[in-house]
Amino acid sequence: MSDELPVDRERVLQHLTQMLRIRVFEDRCAEMYTKGHIRGFLHLYNGEEAVAVGVMQALSADDAVVATYREHGHALARGVPMNALMAELFGKVTGCSRGRGGSMHIFDKSRNFFGGNAIVAGGIPIAVGLALAFKMQKRNAVSVCFFGEGAAAEGEFHEALNLASLWKLPVLFVCENNQYAMGTALARSEAETSIATKATSYRVSSQTIDGMDVFAIENAARDALTNIHAGKGPMLLEMLTYRFRAHSMFDAQLYRSKTEVEEWQKHGPLITFTKRFKERGLMTEDDYQRIEREASKEVDAAVQFAEESAFEPVNELMRFAQAETQP
Amino acid sequence: MTYREAIRDALREALKSDARVFLMGEDIGMYGGSFAVTKGLLAEFGEERIRDTPLSESAFTGAGIGAALAGMRPVVEIMTGNFSLLALDQIVNNAATLCHMSGGQLPVPLVIRLGTGASRQLAAQHSHSFEGWYAHIPGIRVLAPATIDDARAMPGLALKCSDPVLIFEHIGLYNMEGELTSSWPQADIEHAAVRREGSDVSLITYGASLFKCLEAADALAKAGVNAEVIDLRTLRPLDNETIFASVRKTHRAVIVDEGWRSGGISAEIAARIGESCLYDLDAPVVRVCTREIPVPYPRHLEEAALPQVAEIVASVQDMMGKAA
Amino acid sequence: MSIEYCMPSLGADMEAATLVEWKIKPGDIVKRGDVVAVVETDKGAIDIEIYESGCVERLLVAPDTRVLVGAPLALIAGEPAAATTSAVPTAPALEPESKPEPAPTVAPAMHGHVKISPAARTRAHALNIDIDKVHGSGPGGVVTLQDIESAATKPKPSASDSMKAVIAAAMARSKREIPHYYLSTDVDYSATMTWLTRRNAELPIEQRMLPIVPLLRAIVLALKTTPDFNGYFKDNTYKPSDAIHLGVAIAQRGGGLIVPALLDAQDQTLAQLTGNLRDLVNRVRAGRLNNRELSEGTITLTSLGDGGVDSLSPVIYPPQVAIIGAGTVRERAWASEGKIDARPVLTLSLAADHRVSNGRSGAQFLARIRDYLQAPEKL
Repeated sequence: MSDELPVDRERVLQHLTQMLRIRVFEDRCAEMYTKGHIRGFLHLYNGEEAVAVGVMQALSADDAVVATYREHGHALARGVPMNALMAELFGKVTGCSRGRGGSMHIFDKSRNFFGGNAIVAGGIPIAVGLALAFKMQKRNAVSVCFFGEGAAAEGEFHEALNLASLWKLPVLFVCENNQYAMGTALARSEAETSIATKATSYRVSSQTIDGMDVFAIENAARDALTNIHAGKGPMLLEMLTYRFRAHSMFDAQLYRSKTEVEEWQKHGPLITFTKRFKERGLMTEDDYQRIEREASKEVDAAVQFAEESAFEPVNELMRFAQAETQP
Repeated sequence: MTYREAIRDALREALKSDARVFLMGEDIGMYGGSFAVTKGLLAEFGEERIRDTPLSESAFTGAGIGAALAGMRPVVEIMTGNFSLLALDQIVNNAATLCHMSGGQLPVPLVIRLGTGASRQLAAQHSHSFEGWYAHIPGIRVLAPATIDDARAMPGLALKCSDPVLIFEHIGLYNMEGELTSSWPQADIEHAAVRREGSDVSLITYGASLFKCLEAADALAKAGVNAEVIDLRTLRPLDNETIFASVRKTHRAVIVDEGWRSGGISAEIAARIGESCLYDLDAPVVRVCTREIPVPYPRHLEEAALPQVAEIVASVQDMMGKAA
Repeated sequence: MSIEYCMPSLGADMEAATLVEWKIKPGDIVKRGDVVAVVETDKGAIDIEIYESGCVERLLVAPDTRVLVGAPLALIAGEPAAATTSAVPTAPALEPESKPEPAPTVAPAMHGHVKISPAARTRAHALNIDIDKVHGSGPGGVVTLQDIESAATKPKPSASDSMKAVIAAAMARSKREIPHYYLSTDVDYSATMTWLTRRNAELPIEQRMLPIVPLLRAIVLALKTTPDFNGYFKDNTYKPSDAIHLGVAIAQRGGGLIVPALLDAQDQTLAQLTGNLRDLVNRVRAGRLNNRELSEGTITLTSLGDGGVDSLSPVIYPPQVAIIGAGTVRERAWASEGKIDARPVLTLSLAADHRVSNGRSGAQFLARIRDYLQAPEKL
């Protein structure tokens, strides 16, 4: 574990801040949805915050990120401004995709954030292509691709892993195994339930990580990136995690018991993190309350920004189906 | 020069002039291309830029999208349009939508070349024409070069475009020989071409059917019917102005398409003529399309299934009320 | 066994007509009463029927041909058999399911709807060409752009001129052969006017009765008891008709006159007469009358109601034997029960054939019409 950074108070508060921003943001999204400000499908990241925060900590600005339709957390952790994110969810022109994408299609080219892909596994080949370009351009950049364990049932997952491995491309595959593909438990859809094991059949080295432990995640990501930068080809990290909220807003959660959810919540990324680092004297309850208050203020401001922003004029409807500038 | 060589020359020129350009597809390197279009390019440009891929249409098409997003100019070859259905998610859900979904941040300058069409007894899974399907999709451009000039010009023009461009190359044309004319550098991917001027009826077509229409026009001329032949060249966006100008002149339109009639590009063209030229029409729009069955293997049935010169001639004569 | 279908005689004065359009083609099954063609007569375009049933074997005459009455137009096979349809079904399995219906081989002849291409219609409008008069040369008789261009360059025969010639011939024959006598009577029209106004007030505009309809109905009712005025005088004998086909003189656009009949008027209520009269007028304007309407009238009414004249002495339309003339209804001094007051008055006149009826029966006929008009509730 040569790349591990020391866990000090500064980094503890930094990680806590990132995770709490996501948690508070997501809870506010749920509220805004019930009030009708956000429409369409809304998939929240509660419970999985450690994955995005931990991996993003390991990346540089040159690296590319491809995420799924449950990507608010990734966008925030990557540095997409909260105002632009909330405005996007509100469908406003000030949104990061001018309101054209909504919750499932967050893009920010200036931060190499490539979505926001709502077809399960559809983003994986794109991440492979980004990595191919980086390799051909001899750029020292990695493409990081987030996807759920449900994507491992799609052909594109297998095609893409094979291609990335065959061509030794700088891709970090991050499987967020939250146990359910919508309402289908992993064991009900896969003969081999270890995604990490599947990866090895394409000679993609892989590792299974506690997806609730943000430092373990960050450390694993740093190790993986070191290997990838060394030209060892792609790597897959399977993060064992759990989604605390429903799949989307309209989901009765018939497929899992309340006790199962409660059991996972006891091991949630914020609870375990807070307990551990309070015990080690690296943070206090006051720190938690203060950071949460600050996050709430930031979210308040984002909601206000989104509310006050304009919708794109209808006369611009036909823009962006094609590129507006041709070389 | 053959149609095949014209495309190869275009690719070679692009590879030479732009370091961002690379080719990727099944058997384009060692094998030389399923239809030999890329033959010799591996030796000339090396494995880094002439990339043989696994049989993973979705992965390498998606990789083309990703590479385009990162500043490359990939040319993906999908052996035939039939196989492109394995990459449909990447083409339709990603390539066509990313620019729009990102509010204009992420144009996808990707070129996809596909073989299309029947005529070589390849049976149903290698003979279908799906270019009309793709022409349904906003966000992509669909080209169908029929002539040597267009085969030479279109790959380069497509690479200069910031949008995903699909080039449908009719497999029956690869061996066609002809001279490159001096006007090929003036070709564009915006306009249809009037390949033969006429006054009595507009034969509207593209791809390999162009030559059937030209032959039909010759036969009709002997019977005193002066047919105009329009080569669409670009199926999306359709060049309404050229189509409408021709129909307004001749007052009659026959659309010849190797795709199926139902819901096809011929239906779209007929609808547009109906919307914009109804009061110019002197006869109902007629379509000559492939019969609504999967294309059969045996030669005689394949020929019977596809639009043929005699059928085009007869359709025109029927619509003009002249006996065959 | 083939039957010749010949150009029918549609009127005593018809010698020939021009075939405009076939509505059948070889192989079609036809039955008695089907409209099989349209011919252009001096009286306008007329749908002609067939009185045989069978299978069309061959069409002998092409459109635009002038054909004498009695000359063969087509051969009809008595048995509905395969005539000239192709006996070689080529690769039927290859027919696409969605192949469009073949264009109908004949144009539908609904009045007011000529089958014409949109471009031709646009051009005809621009050139002010009456598309009803243009022969269609396209598939199935569609009027094409070329047809309109041809019609525009061809000097159009004046329909009104030929109509004038027909009427001149008929009227000359009438005055030459028919010994007319004339009667007239004034009718106090106030009861009818009041009744008509009251009745129309209850009806929607499209069902309101035209002022001439009570007169039509009165004539029909009167004829039921005075049969000497309804029928034909042919071959020196009078044949009264049970059916009353009441001819009505209608002015055409361009100044001509045409006398189509309200067929079987004896069975029609006031409402039916109103509707059928409107329809007849519309079809006169569209040039779409059928041959029976033009050739089978049994008596005629001619009204100069809008011409400002009080009375007229009309000329019988042979081979009919009577014609009623109606002048203008206008207020006149009217003496009744020792008083004079102003009332709407209609002068009715009768011209009748003295070979069939006489002044006494004619007076009775006129009196009955008058009586009905003065007691309109009996209509």
